[in-house]
Amino acid sequence: MSKRIALVGMPNTGKSTLFNRLTGAGARVGNWPGLTVELLSAKVLLGDSMLELVDLPGLHNLHGFSEDERVARHFIETQSLNGMLVVLNTTQLERQLALVLQLKSLGLPMLLALNMADEAQNRGIRIDVAVLEQRLGMPVRLISAKLGRGVPELKQTLGDWLRAHPKPMQASTGVLAEDDVIEITVEELIGKSFHIPISLSPTRTDRIDHYLLHPWLGIPLFLLLMLGVFQAVYGLGVPLQDGLAWLLGEARTLWLTPLLAGLPAWARSFLLEGLYDGVGTVMSFLPIIVVFFLAMAVVEDSGYLARAAFLMDALMSRLGLDGRAFVMQLMGFGCNVPAMMGTRVIRSHTQRIAAMMMIPFSLCSARLQVFLFFTSAVFSPRAAPWVLFSLYVMSFFLAFFTAWMMRGHTRRSVDPLLMELPPYRLPTLAALARQSLRESGHFLRQAGGFIILGVALVWFLTHFPLDAAPAGPATLAGHLADWMKPIFTPLGIDQLLSIALLFGFVAKEVVIGSLAVIYGAGGDQLAGILAHRLDWVQAYSFMLFTLVYTPCVSALATLRRESGSSRAMWASIAWSLSLAWVLSFAFYQGARALL
Amino acid sequence: MTTLSLRELPAGHCGTIVRIDAGIELSARMRALGLLPGRRVKVIRSSPFRGPIQVRAGQTDLIIRRGEAAAIQLLPCKPEVACSP
Repeated sequence: MSKRIALVGMPNTGKSTLFNRLTGAGARVGNWPGLTVELLSAKVLLGDSMLELVDLPGLHNLHGFSEDERVARHFIETQSLNGMLVVLNTTQLERQLALVLQLKSLGLPMLLALNMADEAQNRGIRIDVAVLEQRLGMPVRLISAKLGRGVPELKQTLGDWLRAHPKPMQASTGVLAEDDVIEITVEELIGKSFHIPISLSPTRTDRIDHYLLHPWLGIPLFLLLMLGVFQAVYGLGVPLQDGLAWLLGEARTLWLTPLLAGLPAWARSFLLEGLYDGVGTVMSFLPIIVVFFLAMAVVEDSGYLARAAFLMDALMSRLGLDGRAFVMQLMGFGCNVPAMMGTRVIRSHTQRIAAMMMIPFSLCSARLQVFLFFTSAVFSPRAAPWVLFSLYVMSFFLAFFTAWMMRGHTRRSVDPLLMELPPYRLPTLAALARQSLRESGHFLRQAGGFIILGVALVWFLTHFPLDAAPAGPATLAGHLADWMKPIFTPLGIDQLLSIALLFGFVAKEVVIGSLAVIYGAGGDQLAGILAHRLDWVQAYSFMLFTLVYTPCVSALATLRRESGSSRAMWASIAWSLSLAWVLSFAFYQGARALL
Repeated sequence: MTTLSLRELPAGHCGTIVRIDAGIELSARMRALGLLPGRRVKVIRSSPFRGPIQVRAGQTDLIIRRGEAAAIQLLPCKPEVACSP
C-alpha cells in the first residue's frame, strides 16, 4: 500500500530544495479535493514501499490566516497521512521550534529535519540533537539540502520511521496547545539544546546589504540589476527564439510541405498557415520562458527578491500591492507570459490577480517590433524616439492606473508585507535548471490547448470562404472588419488595419507579417505604403490601440490558467479593449480637432 | 521608563518588546517571525520614501511596513547596551 507524508515547514527553510533532493525528477503538480491551489507531489521508492511526498506551501503558524497557511492546514486536517516531515532552518531554531510544538498537537507521527546545518556551523551555532530528540519525542536529523549532506541518512531514517508507522491516520484537530504554553516550552528547549556564540560578527550579507539596500544607492542599483537581468534574458532568449523559428521554418519547407502536398488546398492552408505557423509562433516563446525562469530563480533563490520588495514597497503599497509586483511588471517588458507566471511569488490571491491585470500593459518586445516598424515608416528620425518614449510612459501609466483602480479590492486581502529577509545564498545550478524546465513544461501543457483553439479561430476568420483572397475584404475577417467599421473609423483605423489587429490577437509578432499579406508588399515597400496611406495621427492612434488592447492568446491562456478562473481573463479582455478604444478615440479626435 | 513604538525607533537602536497592539491574525504572524513580548529587536535601516523598515529579531531579519511597526511597543535599550542580539 502506498504511504503518504506531508512536507511541512516555514517559508525560506529550503523545503523545496529538500523535496527535490528526496524525489528527483518525477514531481507533478496536482489538484486535491477541497483545495483551490495545486500542490507539488512525487512518488519515492523507499526500501520496499512506495511513498507519496506532498510539498505543502510554507506556513509560519498553524493558526495563521494567510492563504498559504489555510491551504496547508486544510490539507493536514483532511487527508489521511502516515506522518509529517517537518523542515526547519537550523540557524533560526529559536523562532521556528514553536511550529513543531503546534504541529505535535495534531497527533500525527513526525520526523524533524534541521536544514542549513552547514550555515549554522559556519556561524558557530551548535545543536544538541540528542536532547531535542528526547524532549520532542521524534527523530531529529541535521541536513544540508542544498549540498545534499545528511540526505541519505534522512532517507534511511524515513524508511525506518515509516515501518514504525504503517497505518495512515487522521489528524486530531480539537486539541490545540496554547501559544503561551508553547512559548515557555520553546524557551526551555532552546536553552538546553541551542548554543549560539555571544556576538556574531557582521556577516557577508550585512556587507552586501550596506550597498544594495543603501538609502539612495539602493533603488538605482535595483533598476540597474533588473536591466542586467532583462538584458541577459533577451540577449540569450531572443537569439534562441529566432533559432527555433528558423528551425520550424526549415521543417515546414523541407518536410511538412511535401508531406501535405496530396491534401486539398484548404486543408493544407489550415494545417500549415493556421495551425503550424500559429502554434510555431507561440512555441517560440518557449526559449524566453526557459531563460526567464533561470534568471527569476537566481533573483529569488539568492534572496534579492525580498530586497527588491523592500526597496519598491513605498511606491507599490500606495497602489495596494507590494514591491514584488513591480519586479514582475518590469519583467513584463520582455514578455508578459513568464512575468504573469512569475507572480506566483506573491502569495495573496487577490494581489496576484491585480498584478496579473497590470502586467498586460507592459510594452513587451513583440509590441516593440510593431512600434519600431511604424515609427520608422511614418515618423521622422528625430521624432521617432520620442514617439517610442511616449508609448513606454503610457505603458507604465496604464499599469499603475489599473492597480490603482483595483486597490479597493487588493487592500482588503490579508497580506501585510511582513516577511523574512533571508541571507544571500548562492543558488545551485541543478535547482535552477529543474525549476526552469518545470515552468516551461507547465506552460506547454496548460496553455497549449487554448492557444491551438485561438490560432485555429483566427485562421478560420481570415480564410473563409475558401475561394476569397486570404485576409481580404471578402473573408469573414473582412466582413467582421466591415461590421466593426463604426467602431474603428472614429479611431482613424481603417478596415485593413483592423484585420491586422485581429492577427495581433494571436501574437503581436505577426502583426507586421499580416500587414505584408494584406497589402501584398513587405519590408521597405510596406513601410512606403503605410507612410503614404497613414498620417501620423492615424499611425499613433493605431499604435496606441496595439499597445493597450488584449496582449495575445498566450498571455490570455496564462492569465486564465494562473488565476484559476476564466473570469479574470474576460475582465482583462474587457478592461483592455475598452481602455484601448477610449484612449485611441480621445487621442484621434483630440488631435483632429486641434490640428 | 517611556515606551516607544517600533516605527519611532531610529536605525541602529534596539529595544525590548513590551506589548503588541494588533489583531489576532497580525500578531500570530509577528509571533511566528519572532516578534513577541520579551524579545529584543534592532532596527537596521529603513527603506527610501517612507517604505518598510528592516528589523533584526534574534537570528532573523524581517521587513515590516511602518503602519504595522506602529503596533509594536517597546522599551528602548540604554545607549551603553551592545545591540547585538
